[in-house]
Amino acid sequence: MIRIQGLEKRFGKLHVLKGIDLHVHPGEVVCVIGPSGSGKSTLLRCINRLEEPTAGTILVAGEPVPKGGKALDLVREELGMVFQRFNLFPHMTVLRNITLAPMKVKGMSGAEAERLARELLAKVGLADKADAYPAHLSGGQQQRVAIARALAMQPKAMLFDEPTSALDPELVGEVLAVMKQLAEEGMTMMVVTHEMSFAREVAHRVIFMDDGRIIEEGPPEQIFTAPKEERTRTFLKKVLNP
Amino acid sequence: MESLKLMWDSLPYLLVGAVTTLEISGIAVLIGILLGTLVGLGRVSGPRWLAALLTAYVEVLRGTPLLTQLLLVVLGLPQVLHVQFDPFTAAVITIGINSSAYVGEIIRAGIQSIDKGQMEAARSLGMSRGQAMIYVILPQAFKQVIPPLVNEVVSLIKESSLVSAISLKELTRTAQLIGSRTFNLFPPLLGAALIYLALTLSLSRLAGVLERRLKVSD
Repeated sequence: MIRIQGLEKRFGKLHVLKGIDLHVHPGEVVCVIGPSGSGKSTLLRCINRLEEPTAGTILVAGEPVPKGGKALDLVREELGMVFQRFNLFPHMTVLRNITLAPMKVKGMSGAEAERLARELLAKVGLADKADAYPAHLSGGQQQRVAIARALAMQPKAMLFDEPTSALDPELVGEVLAVMKQLAEEGMTMMVVTHEMSFAREVAHRVIFMDDGRIIEEGPPEQIFTAPKEERTRTFLKKVLNP
Repeated sequence: MESLKLMWDSLPYLLVGAVTTLEISGIAVLIGILLGTLVGLGRVSGPRWLAALLTAYVEVLRGTPLLTQLLLVVLGLPQVLHVQFDPFTAAVITIGINSSAYVGEIIRAGIQSIDKGQMEAARSLGMSRGQAMIYVILPQAFKQVIPPLVNEVVSLIKESSLVSAISLKELTRTAQLIGSRTFNLFPPLLGAALIYLALTLSLSRLAGVLERRLKVSD
């Protein structure tokens, strides 16, 4: 589904990604963990080219991701993205947030887009919030709307960029529950997260990144109980027993 | 008391001048906002050469006095180009272009004040840059720019009094003419000032209403 080869990214002198090779299979849930500044988010943002890769190739559904233009827009339709800070459109109601892209990008009719939006809102447990504005929702509710908004484009895969990091602790659970349900339905997902219990429970594969490289990857049981690399052990010790 | 009566008597003439002031300001504001929006958009998302050109455009227009610009167009250019501009047209175009520099800066600042996550979210949904601008960025920027834009319109109305220097009979010029005919300048000029004040105050009121209407989503 997503195939990354030799991906490098530099911001000026800063070498953020130092050669990433990764293959995410259809229906797979991959969680990317690692310390801050290890390049996790940049990796995710390179996939739909919110960041321009410095070197390497990225294939989505077998096709290289184009550099720009209409062709890139088409690939982005296939990759739903959820951001740490939600990024809902504050001047639109929840319903309009969800229907905007299907109508303007896919040319869906207003009635059809609204039906789809209401269905997705019910799925994320916010059927009664269709006419609310984002500012009137809690962070957890906003993030669930953001997930619904991404799903409305009927993407082939979903990219989650630290979706719960900006939330109050008591609101994290409701967002993770929606993501878990999505995983159970067979959505291909790549999740950059600090939620170790989510990674352990939901991921098919966990990737540990540090200093711009993939240090270790494997099934969650192996990564969390018997990590092979010293750096993985040190990181997990820090986050699991603070 | 005498002054008050003189002011009252000059009111009909002043109002005729005020209509000219409104005509000049109205058309100049339209030119300023249309051109200025293009300038602002060009500076934010145009190619680098265009952005540089527009920056120079803004710097030149803001860095020179409007009165000098007016005199240059009305008195200076005809000597070089051997064409005579009708003063009204010259005034409207000069003030409009001058205003477009300020409006351009307001629009640019408004667009840049919108969190870059908004553009990223729109693009990640498959929207083109243009669609993201039209549906996501500009509507939010619009809200941000209303107060500074109203300021710009208010100052444009006031600065339109400079065209009295090119003998255009707008509000200030009319007041001067009445004053010099009656040898009493104070009453008509005071009257003119009050009319300016009425115009600018009603404008700020209107803007306040508009701002409140747009607040529903906050």
